[in-house]
Amino acid sequence: MLEVTGLSKSFGGFLAVSQVSFALARGEILGLIGPNGSGKSTTFNLIAGTYPPSEGRILFEGHDIGGLGADRICHLGIGRTFQIPRPFRKLSLCDNVAVAAYYGRNQAIAREEARAEARRVLALVGLPSDQDAMADGLGAAGLKKLELARALATQPKLLLADESLGGLDAGEMDQAAELLRRIRGEMGITIIWVEHIMGVLMKVVDRVIVLDHGEKIAEGKPAEVARDPRVIEVYLGSAGHG
Amino acid sequence: MSDRGRFLPLGAAALALALVPLFGPPSYVMHMAVQILLWSFIYTAWSIMGRFGLVSLGHGAFLGIGMYVPALLWNLYGVTPWLGIPLGVLLAVLSALVIGWPCFRLKVVGHYFALVTLALTEVARLSIIAARDITGGSLGMTPKPVPGGHSWWALQFVDKAYFFWIGLGLWLFGLWAWRAVDRSMRNPALEAIAEDETAAAAIGIGVTRLKLEVTLISAALTALGGAAMGQYLQYLNPETHAGIGISLQIVFAAIAGGMYAMLGPTVGAVLTLVLTEALRIAFGTTLIGAANTIYGVLLILFIIFMPRGIVGLIEERLRARGAKA
Repeated sequence: MLEVTGLSKSFGGFLAVSQVSFALARGEILGLIGPNGSGKSTTFNLIAGTYPPSEGRILFEGHDIGGLGADRICHLGIGRTFQIPRPFRKLSLCDNVAVAAYYGRNQAIAREEARAEARRVLALVGLPSDQDAMADGLGAAGLKKLELARALATQPKLLLADESLGGLDAGEMDQAAELLRRIRGEMGITIIWVEHIMGVLMKVVDRVIVLDHGEKIAEGKPAEVARDPRVIEVYLGSAGHG
Repeated sequence: MSDRGRFLPLGAAALALALVPLFGPPSYVMHMAVQILLWSFIYTAWSIMGRFGLVSLGHGAFLGIGMYVPALLWNLYGVTPWLGIPLGVLLAVLSALVIGWPCFRLKVVGHYFALVTLALTEVARLSIIAARDITGGSLGMTPKPVPGGHSWWALQFVDKAYFFWIGLGLWLFGLWAWRAVDRSMRNPALEAIAEDETAAAAIGIGVTRLKLEVTLISAALTALGGAAMGQYLQYLNPETHAGIGISLQIVFAAIAGGMYAMLGPTVGAVLTLVLTEALRIAFGTTLIGAANTIYGVLLILFIIFMPRGIVGLIEERLRARGAKA
């Protein structure tokens, strides 16, 4: 479904992502892990079209999407959440999601239909869907859910979930992991999941890719990757100290 | 409240207003009324985009283009304003496109966008002055009058009632355009863009396209208002109708009235025109400059203490009272 080849991105002299390649099959949940600044979010931003890659190719369902605008990529069926939630605070929760349903899909839908879809998706992630509910009342967990609801409302085939569990307590984390599992299971959405916290992620994903300093250093089943000495050194090692 | 419920009183008020000229009010009252209607329309046109953080100082250019194109075509070639006005609107839209598209593509926003559009205004003013052979330069120009002064073909009327009705129609058209933006998904989408362009693009909103759309609508309406103003005043001047001065006047009036509410710009027009007139009458020819100074100070106070304008403040108070009750 997704095929990334030799992907690189440099900001001035700084190489944020270097020659990263991986492939993703339909229906998979792929974990993308690595220490802070390892290039996970940049990889996401390149796939989602927030900025164009410096080098490399991104094939999504046969289309070369490298360098397309974020809105076009959304229409092709890639939804994403942001590591730091970016709610539209002047809009109600319902409108936050309704604009996504209205503008984010491949085919046009009516305004009322978009609102109905928004209420449905808000209920799915467990947020209030009444017209007066605003983003201001939400805590960290709620804002993450709103990010997810907006992405889901665009009817993605591939969901890029960026550090969706940062700032949550253990119970909220398990809930969120369960939600991602349901999104894959019931809605058939393929997922790439970026995460700091390895524990929960390892229980859910089918496969893991580990990035360090912008390079891919390991790939495989969670159990295998967790035993990889390089991964232990750069990731678990640093996490152990931190 | 339902849309119908909200529009019924407005429709009744508009109908009552339309009857006003039939009672033969004094010419001065009619003059003020026409100006208030036309400026209300222009301020509304500006606020249609201004309320989404698209603060343009280029509307002086759109106004001037809309005003000068039909007047020049009429004077030079005898082309009726019925053709000249659409051409002027078209030219204003094209200049909005030339400025807006690269700005929005390159993510020129906020103060920088205001500055770029400010340059457009000055280009328009200086071009009009430079073409003094046909525009009369800084001295201004007058569309050639028709004998008798009354002609639908030339859109010239001695009786101010005609311009009152034209102004009323345009004003209602402006409010309708405002509502049309609000009733579509454009309103929340433009709000989203104003808050966070990256997040808006990530959910599929065509940021450049939507911003351009609302900018072109705003420019077109402003040019239309300029054209009507030119036909009414029968005098066009680049300093008062195309430069920085008029651009700032539009922004100040819209902010003072409240650019986030549909009737805010209208209140802004009433306020600024009545204030200008009151000060003019109060000071007359004594203390030259005092009227302008007081006007300026009042506007600054408004903007500092009521950033959402008069209508915004009233709405806030009403909401607070409603919450308490």
